[in-house]
Amino acid sequence: MATKVDTAPAQSEEDAFRAEVRAFLAEHFPPELKGQSNVLSAIEGPGDETDAQRRWREAVGARGWGTPTWPKDYGGGGLSRRKARILEEEFARAGAWNPIGGMGVMMFGPTLLEYGSEEQKREHIPPICRGEIRWCQGYSEPNAGSDLANLQMSAEDRGDHYLVNGQKTWTSGGQWADKMFALVRTDRSDKHRGISFLLIDMDAPGVEVRPIRMISGASPFCETFFTDVRVPKKNLVGEEGQGWTIGKRLLQHERTNLSGGGSMARLMGPNLSDIARREGDIDAAGRLADTVLRDRIADFEIRWNAFLLTARRAMEESKAQGGVSEISSVLKKLGTKLGQERAELLIEIVGLQGLGWDGDGFSEGELERTRGWLFGKATTIYGGSTEIQNNIIAKRVLGMLDHQ
Amino acid sequence: MAVLNDEQVMLRDMAREWVTNESPVSAFRALRDREDAHGFDPDAYRAMAEMGWTGIVIPEQHGGSDFGWLSLGLVVEELGKTLTSSPLVSSTIAASAILLGGSEAQQERWLPRLASGEAVATLAVDEGPRHDPARISASVSDGKLSGTKAFVAEAHAAQLFVVAATDGLYLVESGAGVQLATRQLVDRRSHAQVEFRDAPAERLGGGGDNLLDDVLDRARIVTSAEMLGTAQAVFDSTLGYLKQRVQFNQVLATFQALQHRMADLYGDLATMRSAVEGGLQALDSGFGIARAATIAKAEANRVLHRISNEGIQLHGGIGMTDEYDVGLYLKRARVLEAAWGNTAFLRDRFATIGGY
Ligand SMILES: Cc1cc2nc3c(=O)[nH]c(=O)nc-3n(C[C@H](O)[C@H](O)[C@H](O)COP(=O)(O)OP(=O)(O)OC[C@H]3O[C@@H](n4cnc5c(N)ncnc54)[C@H](O)[C@@H]3O)c2cc1C
Repeated sequence: MATKVDTAPAQSEEDAFRAEVRAFLAEHFPPELKGQSNVLSAIEGPGDETDAQRRWREAVGARGWGTPTWPKDYGGGGLSRRKARILEEEFARAGAWNPIGGMGVMMFGPTLLEYGSEEQKREHIPPICRGEIRWCQGYSEPNAGSDLANLQMSAEDRGDHYLVNGQKTWTSGGQWADKMFALVRTDRSDKHRGISFLLIDMDAPGVEVRPIRMISGASPFCETFFTDVRVPKKNLVGEEGQGWTIGKRLLQHERTNLSGGGSMARLMGPNLSDIARREGDIDAAGRLADTVLRDRIADFEIRWNAFLLTARRAMEESKAQGGVSEISSVLKKLGTKLGQERAELLIEIVGLQGLGWDGDGFSEGELERTRGWLFGKATTIYGGSTEIQNNIIAKRVLGMLDHQ
Repeated sequence: MAVLNDEQVMLRDMAREWVTNESPVSAFRALRDREDAHGFDPDAYRAMAEMGWTGIVIPEQHGGSDFGWLSLGLVVEELGKTLTSSPLVSSTIAASAILLGGSEAQQERWLPRLASGEAVATLAVDEGPRHDPARISASVSDGKLSGTKAFVAEAHAAQLFVVAATDGLYLVESGAGVQLATRQLVDRRSHAQVEFRDAPAERLGGGGDNLLDDVLDRARIVTSAEMLGTAQAVFDSTLGYLKQRVQFNQVLATFQALQHRMADLYGDLATMRSAVEGGLQALDSGFGIARAATIAKAEANRVLHRISNEGIQLHGGIGMTDEYDVGLYLKRARVLEAAWGNTAFLRDRFATIGGY
């Protein structure tokens, strides 16, 4: 192996850490898992974990390296950003992937670390770091979508517990989740300050989930009903009435994750131009013979590259300035739109072969792409729709308010 | 905005202050109304040279500061914001051609004078109204260049032309064998058809086979930096207008239809900035220049086109008046879009570079 464990005493701490990661990978990452991804947090529902996958998850979880920058005290890796990047680089080099994921990692954990009590952090963060508990998000209701603060599901104070009644909807992964972080109404007299942030066991009596079938054919989300569900008071995060503040903070984490340029790029797969070259005619000069299509692909790829540059710039800026870059709404809006455009262009390139639903005559990749095209329509709706991002940009960034 | 070092922040702030105080749009307007043939104010250009802007990408040994392309871009962007008329961009691009392809003697002769602003130079490539570097018929025999170049920018003040001929780039000095015919374009800057008849020409012998492309990539990137300033200024002015204009008893900025249009433009401006800075940074790193230049200019064309049109529309009737500035930006925008490659040209180039 090409590790340089015993170079001169001048070897920096970072080099030492890199060597440590390589040694860890050599010992724990089974080569047969190369190129796979996290089965437990797949969009269309968790698959069964193989033995090798489980051992890999446990090994990473024990180090806290699935949540590398979270505090060590609660089971995180306790790494600096710099070391977390080294970790990521070394994983990528080895073809290894992070087996710890899902909403607990992306949204709930960071929020609980900020707002939770010591006791709540000790209870909930370590299982997230080990990838043992799946969380789902209980925000939306039939009459509370973009206007989230209109939510009605109630939590009534019954001394040592809350009694929860009402309905959530579009609950992603609700049928597979162990727990839900939910926004509930504890006071009807105040739209925003009547909202609280509550943690609910999905197997508590009175919780019922009904999967909803999506246009892509899968049923990755549910309607979730709550009838006289008893939730212990210790599951209230923050104060009663603080739910809106905490809930919005969590949405910022969600948005940052949805717009990350890197993960978008991974979603995208091979270049459109490569696919077009494979599918279409090539002229004597080696160009796509369909000049209109060639022009449209170039147009798309130029804008896609400008977007990737923007995602990188936002990352560098936020690193230099600290905090979330002011353009996170812009990234969410642009990245999701481009992803949809790409899927549409791809269908044009491959024709009806790109619209296969099932059965013979289509490769697995082709079928996956059809479903991906359909699922992709959700990206401009959830996480704050494009129109809501536009409202945020206009009002908060551009200050388009009534100044009179 | 790219993450800048302290010196770059100082340079940008200095440029911003200078254009605001010394070169507001009214200065361009006054030049235009004077119908000045040179199309720029020599005193202003001298001031720019004194601040070192004419030598930003020229090495110290030739009198420049070697401060880099991103730094140059910061200055050019500020100039674009107020439509400052100067040969800075043309001269810098010509200087970069001499840097890339000139002999030591040619560099020694021209670069110090360009760095000090004492001489003005410009690049003459196209022979028709559309950028097409594959179609060049100007030719050289016995050290004499003949041919006609169309719409050469800053030709009136140029002492030196960097001219594309069938077999490479040549230096031609103004004077014997060089005839200008003014071509007044909507942006009212200096443009001329330049006829070379047996004009003494010196070949730029270095720089390899791709010299012309390499120079054009620099032209594309620096031009897109000017376009970034132009787009930013139209955006800012439009946003400011929407925030103060009242109709239906409310400021226009509170109408959601207009909010969403501005949010779209804001997103466009963000990707344009990234593309332009990406081009400038590619020049500084020397890596992936052709691709970055194509992305920068294509994105600049797309976004400035849209913003300059929306700027007029969202100002309403007042946007149609000569007295209001937004129309001046529209006119400059279209000339810059055509320069060194319109959108169709750039998409073709991007696909070609990408191997499709
Ligand atoms: C695949 C998927 C997964 C999801 N997962 C979850 C989850 O796990 N947990 C959860 O809580 N929720 C989840 N959601 C719900 C999601 O957050 C909501 O769908 C979203 O907030 C939009 O609400 P709505 O569907 O009620 O649409 P509406 O709010 O009714 O919007 C309808 C249309 O009107 C537009 N609109 C609304 N308000 C305005 C306005 N003020 N100005 C201009 N236009 C406006 C919207 O942009 C949209 O185009 C998921 C949704 C999808 C599609």
